[in-house]
Order: sequence, then structure tokens, then C-alpha cells
Amino acid sequence: MMKGNKKKQDLYWYVLIVLLILIPFIPQVAANSFTQHVLILILLYASMSQAWNIIGGYCGQVSFGHSVFFGIGAYGAGMAVVRFGLPPWPGIILGALLATAVAILISYPCFKLKGHYFAIATFAIVEIFNRLFMVWYWVNGALGLDYPLVEVGWRNFMWYTTKIPYYYGALVLFIIIFGIVRFIEKNRFGYYLRAVREDQETAEATGINSTMVKLSAMALSAFLAAFCGAFFVQYNLRVDPTMVMSLQVSMVFVLVTILGGAGTLFGPLLGAMILIPLQEYTRVLWGGLGRGTDLILFGFLIILIMVRQPKGIMGLVDEYFNYKKMRKVISAESDIKY
Amino acid sequence: MPLLAVCEISKKFGSLVANDKISFNVEEGNIVGLIGPNGAGKTTLFNCITGIYKPSHGKVIFNGLDITNLPAYKVARLGAVRTFQIVHSLKEMSVFDNVLIGAYLREKNTEKASEIAKQCINLCYLSKMKNTRAGDLAIGLKKRVELARALATGPKLLMLDECMAGLTSTEVNESVSLIKNLKDKGITFLVVEHIMEAIMPIADKVVVLDGGIKIAENHPEVVIQDERVIEAYLGKKYSKKLQIATQGREKDA
Amino acid sequence: MSMFFQVTIDGLLTGMIYALVASGLSLIWGVMDVLNFAHGEYLMVGMYVSYWLGFLMNIDPLISWIASGAFCFILGILTYKLIIRHCLAGPPLSALLATFGLSMMLKNIALNRFSPNFRILTGTFLDGKKIIIGNIVLPMPQLVTSIFALVVVFIIYYIIKRTRLGWAIQATAMDKEAAELMGIKTESIFVLVFGLGGLCVGIAGGLLPSYLAVHPEVGGLFGLIAFVCVAMGGFGSIPGALLAALLIGLVEALGGFYIAPVFKYVVVFGLYLLIVMIRPKGLFGW
Repeated sequence: MMKGNKKKQDLYWYVLIVLLILIPFIPQVAANSFTQHVLILILLYASMSQAWNIIGGYCGQVSFGHSVFFGIGAYGAGMAVVRFGLPPWPGIILGALLATAVAILISYPCFKLKGHYFAIATFAIVEIFNRLFMVWYWVNGALGLDYPLVEVGWRNFMWYTTKIPYYYGALVLFIIIFGIVRFIEKNRFGYYLRAVREDQETAEATGINSTMVKLSAMALSAFLAAFCGAFFVQYNLRVDPTMVMSLQVSMVFVLVTILGGAGTLFGPLLGAMILIPLQEYTRVLWGGLGRGTDLILFGFLIILIMVRQPKGIMGLVDEYFNYKKMRKVISAESDIKY
Repeated sequence: MPLLAVCEISKKFGSLVANDKISFNVEEGNIVGLIGPNGAGKTTLFNCITGIYKPSHGKVIFNGLDITNLPAYKVARLGAVRTFQIVHSLKEMSVFDNVLIGAYLREKNTEKASEIAKQCINLCYLSKMKNTRAGDLAIGLKKRVELARALATGPKLLMLDECMAGLTSTEVNESVSLIKNLKDKGITFLVVEHIMEAIMPIADKVVVLDGGIKIAENHPEVVIQDERVIEAYLGKKYSKKLQIATQGREKDA
Repeated sequence: MSMFFQVTIDGLLTGMIYALVASGLSLIWGVMDVLNFAHGEYLMVGMYVSYWLGFLMNIDPLISWIASGAFCFILGILTYKLIIRHCLAGPPLSALLATFGLSMMLKNIALNRFSPNFRILTGTFLDGKKIIIGNIVLPMPQLVTSIFALVVVFIIYYIIKRTRLGWAIQATAMDKEAAELMGIKTESIFVLVFGLGGLCVGIAGGLLPSYLAVHPEVGGLFGLIAFVCVAMGGFGSIPGALLAALLIGLVEALGGFYIAPVFKYVVVFGLYLLIVMIRPKGLFGW
């Protein structure tokens, strides 16, 4: 029975990938650059939130500091292109390694903190990084980095007239990050993450080095987050501290994951599929009409989810299936009666 | 050489002495009971042995290795695994996953670990509810999940902290027979217990604590008659009852 | 040297305001273990109430703090009734995220209605008055606001420690079920605590427009600093929050003056991290 489930899940996964590969061939999508923009953002935010999900969802260490790693990745690519006139790739790798190192350095002491204390410490870390980058002359401070005109193509990972290559770039990112989490989820490390989330003392008593588990999760999460940041800057062609390294940005990752369902594989994708179009379309619809209307709605939606179903959309899905199962059981019982 | 040697362990919390120079040995293949009134320092001692507390003084030798200052997870990896008096099950995970986490300690491969987990679940009579959320179980079953998880780690020494408190008498009997079975498989036990009827008949040795001090260490039959133990813990009537009960069991055996 | 004293006193005055904002947050955190992310936005709301009363009806902030306090008291109660109550059963952070949603709503409603412009109240009773002692200048608006804030913190602390109501609040904070068994209506206590949290920050918000410009983003930094004060002070401890707030005000002023203004919050948050690394549960936590 378990084997069968596994095969079914594999099948769903490959079908999803094929569908995602085919989406740009739909004529409506191919013709509409705004739809493409929304699709790219969905994939990017789903990937980024999945990276957060490793430590925040599966391991239960709710970090509001992930924009730091996202930002370091973004600046890695940005600096390579803007300051050094190179293709972004070496900067991306360096940025990812740097983000991992920073993650390990700052989270080792922070893991001593629990609950709200941990959350507030991560707020403080974001603020520190934000303010330091604001005044750091080498990375152009608050002005940020603006991309110069360079040759288009995969070497520079840059296109001006079309968004389709960006879409496939985001899809690669998506497949890699979701693939990693899919693998982890079914293996020892994934179980250890959940054990640490549920009860650290029990985990330790069962022979799990919880500090090591949390650190590795954080390192992996930061490493992947940096790639997402790098993609973001390559797509956006501009980076400044507020755009990539602030509490607001961190919050988006957290909210996307929690909205979809933290600690579940497809939660981040579902969350991104709802929040990102909402954000982008309301911005276009009401952006001129009234300032901040999109964010008012966004805020309201968050409250609604938290009040109604804190386990997110995946929670709703579970509820639905449980309901169906119950119905089945009940109808089976009534069959026996008559 | 004993499997576990506790040498003059002391633990102070400020001016409160929870454990005062406690020493005893646990021989391989034995069941050792650790009893005493509430506040005698039994759980503190457990915490000192398993690395949750650092003892203020003394040493713990397990399997020839000094484990006194090792963190809890290393102690567990060496094969001294404990359960908690207040159950900490991994609530959101299924019973099977709970046990699987234990099994992963010795076996990285998921399929092989699942195999081990399945065996331990069967051993602990949990196979019916293996897909239930651990948080939804009744207390007795939660305790058994704890035991199954500890068992799945392939321990040499199992340390059970009041694993029978709050259970129904049927459940207690099941647990007792389970412990006996496991003993036959070569696992050594150190058991903190309040239910004397459960522990006395199966223990090879009983260590009695009172006020942080060891007041007796001997075979159960001897301990039952020990004046200090009766005064501190058992009470006269209860001691008599127990004597009759143990003698009865021995005759049966 | 007189510059040092001036900066120190400025810092302490700011710290007292932080203390009032933080004590409201600390109360809520201590009793319900909920981190109210919208706390800074309550301050913003309080400031707008006071500003509009001053601007439209010429009511001085010295009086309109009553209205701001009352408004935020009700806002707090509504927050509890409509949002927090439903989140308490959920995962520990759902209340935090819900209040984040609320903060987003409040901020953007203010942006939508009142525009992002900075607004400042002029011609108030205290405007421009100052006390000069030697080389040190004490502007009256700051001085009065800060001392007022400190008094309110002491009153709240007194209520918690010395009145029957305060004991009921403490009992609820320690063990909700046990408090219920003792006949305390914990639900009403929760409502009240959220109201009180709003009241504290509302009073601060009511007084601040006499020298601080109002704009939709004003609450963000105050809120963050209040979080830091509370975490630095320790779980629900009002003396801890007070001490931490004074320390933060001081460090902010001195760091801004002696290092560089841009680094003042880096120093503040850095200090917080340092303290929390040494004492993970804050100065007065256990």
C-alpha cells in the first residue's frame, strides 16, 4: 500500500513538471508578458518559500531573517555584474556560499533562543543587515545597484525583450529546490527535522544531535535562498537593500509558506499560487486608484487564514479528505445496518 | 564489569541537594529498579545519567566509557536510551513515524529502518494504531510509543522513567510481560517505578533513594524487609502485602 | 562633557517613551504568550487620533491622549475579540502572523486615507518651551511626554502588583487552567489585558505628536524597538522592559552621537543580540 502511494506521488510530481514546462506554449500565455511575469514570480516565490520551509516549516524554527540570505545572494550576482563586469555566475556561487556561512555563524547562537525570543532575534538580524547595507559604500548603499546593458543570453542570464527564458530559469530553480525537499521529506534527515520540531528533548534522547540538525537545515535553507535572491536580481535588473533585505521581504516568504501549509511539500507552491497573483493583479487593478489597497486586502487575507485555518490550504485539503473518509466510514456503517 | 556504573553522583540546584553521592552498578542483562518517595531524586539521577543535567560531582561509566559530560544525544548513540516521565511524543507524527525516528539511529536506509520500526511496533502491541497521530493516543499508549521508539534505537540499556504510572492494571501487566520479553532478548533495564507490584517480581535488584541519598540496594525480597525502606517509603502494611505477593509469585515460578 | 550629558538625557527621555510602548506589549506577551505585531501600528493610530484632534479641533495633545488611549483600548479589545481569540488554539505563531496582517492593514489604511506625508502639530501648549539648566536644554514637549510615560508605566506596574485585578492577571499568566479553577474569568482577563496593552501604547501615541511627525510608517520602528525591549527585559517583566527601554534609548542616543547616526539602530539591535546570547531569556527572565 505504501509502495503504491509512493508511485502515485512520483507520477503526480512528473506530471506537474511536464505541465509547468508546457505552460509557455499556451497561446494566451505566450502573448501576454504580464501573465508570464506573474508565472515567473509564482515559481520564484514558491522556490524561495520552499527554501524557508526547510527550516521554518519542517524543522519548526520560524526565522524572519531569510531575506538576509536572499539579499546576500542577490548582491552576490549584482556585484559580479555591476562592479566587476562579469557574468553573474561566479557571484551567484560566491553569494550562496557566503549566505551559508552567514547563516551558520548567526544561527548557532540564535538556536539557544526559543519561541518568540528566536523570532525577535531574527528581526533584529534583518534590521542590522538592512542598515549596514544601506550605508555600505562598496555595494552602493541605499542607492542600490542598477544593471548595465549587457549582451543577452544564458551566459549573462539576461534578456530584455522576452521573459520566457526567465520562466525556464525559475522552473529549474523550482525543480531543484522542490526536488531536494521531496527527497529530504522521505529520508532520515526529513524525519529528524520533524522530530526536532515536535520535541527537542525527545529528539536528543533518541540520539539526534538537534543543534547539528538545525544548523544543517539552516545552512541548506540559506544556500538555496541565495540562489533565489540571485535569480530575483537577474530578473529585476536592480537591487537595493529595502527591496531584498528587509522584514517585509522575509515576511512574504513566511506568509506564502504558512498560507499554503508549513511543513508540507506543496504548501509553498499553493501559497505562492494564491498570494502572488493577488498581489500582482491588485497592484495593477487598484495601484492607481488608491494607495495600498492591495496590501490592505493582503493583510485581511492573512488574518482570515490565521483565524480560520492556521495550517493553511493544505490543512483545508486534509480536512476535506478526512471529511470524505468519514462519510465513507459512515456510509459503510449504514450499509451494514440495512 | 557492570554495564552501567554510577559513581558518587551528586547534583545540587543552588543549595538544594537533589542527589548526594549516589553509587550503584547495573549488571548486563539485569532489571534494576530505582524506587523511592516523590522528590527522592530519581528523575534527577536519570537526567544526570543521560546527559540532560551535568552532575555537580561524580562519574557515570557506561560500557567502560565515561559518559558523565556527554550530551544527551551521544549517550543515546552509545546505547543508553531513556523514556520520559512526562511523555513527549512527537504529536503531529504518526505512531509509525515516531518509532521510525528511533530506528534511524542505527540504520540510515529508510526501508531497512522501516523494517526495524515495524518489528518494534509489533513487539509493543502497537500495530493496530500505527497510522494514528501520536498526539491523539491515550496516555497508556503514548507511553508504549515512547518505549517502542526507545527500543527501535537498538539500545543496550533501556532506562524507563515511570513508564507504568497512570496505566490500567491490564496495561501494567502487558508492560511487565513486555519488559520480561525484552530482557530475554538481552536488553538491560533501569526502571524508575512507583508500582511496586509491577517492579518487585521482575527486578534483579532494587535501589532505594530517599531525600537524595541511597538508603538501600539489594534484592527485592531483602529490600522489602529493610527497616529504613519501610519507614521512608513502603510503610509496614504495604511491605507485608508485598512480601506475600512476591513469595506467592516465587512459588508459582 | 556637557554634550555627553545632553545626549544622555535625550536618550533617557526617548527610553521612557519606549518603556511605555513596550510595557503594553510586555503585558500581552506575559499573560497570553502572544507577540502583537500590530503594536507599533496602534501607536501610529494613537498618533493620528491625537493629530487630527489637534488639527481639526485645536485640542492639545496634553488632553487628547485620553481620546487616543481610549481609542487604542477599544482597538486592542477588538483585536482580541475578532482575531487573537481564534488564534490561541492554533500553532504558536499564528497569532503573530495574524497581527502582522493587521499591522499591514492598519498601515495601508492610514496610507490610503491620510497619504504618506509627514504631519506635525504646531502651536501646541508646550510648543517651543524649554528648561535650560547650565548648558543642558530640556525641551518641554519631550520632557513632559517622557515623564508622563514613566508615570503611566508605574501605574500599570502598581495595578499588576498591588491590586486584586493585578493578581488575577498574574494568576492567569502563570497558569490559565488553575486561574479558571480559582474562579477567575480568564477570557475577560485576556480581553482586558489586550485593552490595557492598547491603552499604554495609545497614551504614548496621544502625547507624541507634540514633537514627533505623524506618518503611516511611524509605528514600524517603534514596534520593533518595543519587541526588542520586551525580549531584552524578559518574558512579561515590566521592570525588565523599563530597564531595557532606558538602556536602548541611551545606547541609541550615544551610539548615534559618538559613532554615526546611521549606525544607531545597528548598535541597538547588536546590543540586544549580545545580551540575549548571554541571557537567552532576557535580563529579568528565568
